[in-house]
Amino acid sequence: MAAGSTYTPIATQTLGSAAASVTFSSISGSYTDLVLILNASGSTGINVLMQFNGDTGTNYSSTTLGGSGTTAYSARFSNQTSIEINYEGYLDSGFNTNSIINIQNYSNSTTYKTTLDRFNNAGLGVDAVVGLWRNTAPITSVVLKTHTGTFATGSTFSLYGIAAA
Amino acid sequence: MANTYTLIASNTVGSGGASSIDFTSIPSTYTDLLLKCSFRITSGGFNYATLTFNGSSSGYTARYVEGNGSAASSGTATNAVVLYNSSTSTTSTFASTDLYIPNYAGSNYKSVSVDTVTENNATSSYADLFAVLWSNSAAINQLTLTAGLVQYSTAYLYGIKNS
Repeated sequence: MAAGSTYTPIATQTLGSAAASVTFSSISGSYTDLVLILNASGSTGINVLMQFNGDTGTNYSSTTLGGSGTTAYSARFSNQTSIEINYEGYLDSGFNTNSIINIQNYSNSTTYKTTLDRFNNAGLGVDAVVGLWRNTAPITSVVLKTHTGTFATGSTFSLYGIAAA
Repeated sequence: MANTYTLIASNTVGSGGASSIDFTSIPSTYTDLLLKCSFRITSGGFNYATLTFNGSSSGYTARYVEGNGSAASSGTATNAVVLYNSSTSTTSTFASTDLYIPNYAGSNYKSVSVDTVTENNATSSYADLFAVLWSNSAAINQLTLTAGLVQYSTAYLYGIKNS
């Protein structure tokens, strides 16, 4: 990756109070790909879900490869209402969790949108997840939300745009 | 436009080899760190270089999932988390690693993502994903990877800024 203008911060949110969701809206279509970095804390055993453009329909699917520290696993979820970006690498307390979410070719209006994320919790598990949103619309908003409970105060979420040219 | 993805320092091992690669005096002016490595050692089989922050050898925990071409497994580790190729690997091949540290200068414990793979034209090779935690609230100002590295091993440290 060349230094400079091809990798641009779009927005950052640091939670001033606990919240069940974080939304990035009005995302410009001027980049090629998006990268979302999460460094968060919450109640133990929380799954983190991702949706685009406010779509809550059963238009999402995902495949997970991961490890719990004792067992390697893979899981598949079809026709879901969100992409589950973790599996056994749950969110927990102590800011032990990070995730790097790549959203490829997000602004085209022709293809369904795919994602690739890594979710890390050294105390619980490590995941790699590929996600699909079956919609050709350009992504203009991303919401990350907890399956139950909340993200803790101080959790950070940073969205970057990568331009191919 | 903001210069958000910046090379902080790089290290290429010279003809005499090196027992470690050390990045010191890392500025706290970025949000995240990204380290990209290409490693090979002089002897032995596949194994891991050890990662240390700020010269500290304690406080590390990790979980991983690994594939070797025939099976997948998962386990726990401390700070031996960066794969290298060795003398038993195909000649001139080096292992590749991306290591990402969000909020490295903050006051929380440091959660690290590591994707690390060996390269080998043989039946067996390794691909590992690590979740690493350094249970220390100090800002990271030094990053060291220890292994008997051969010439042409490289490490590039980037700073990523969210504003």
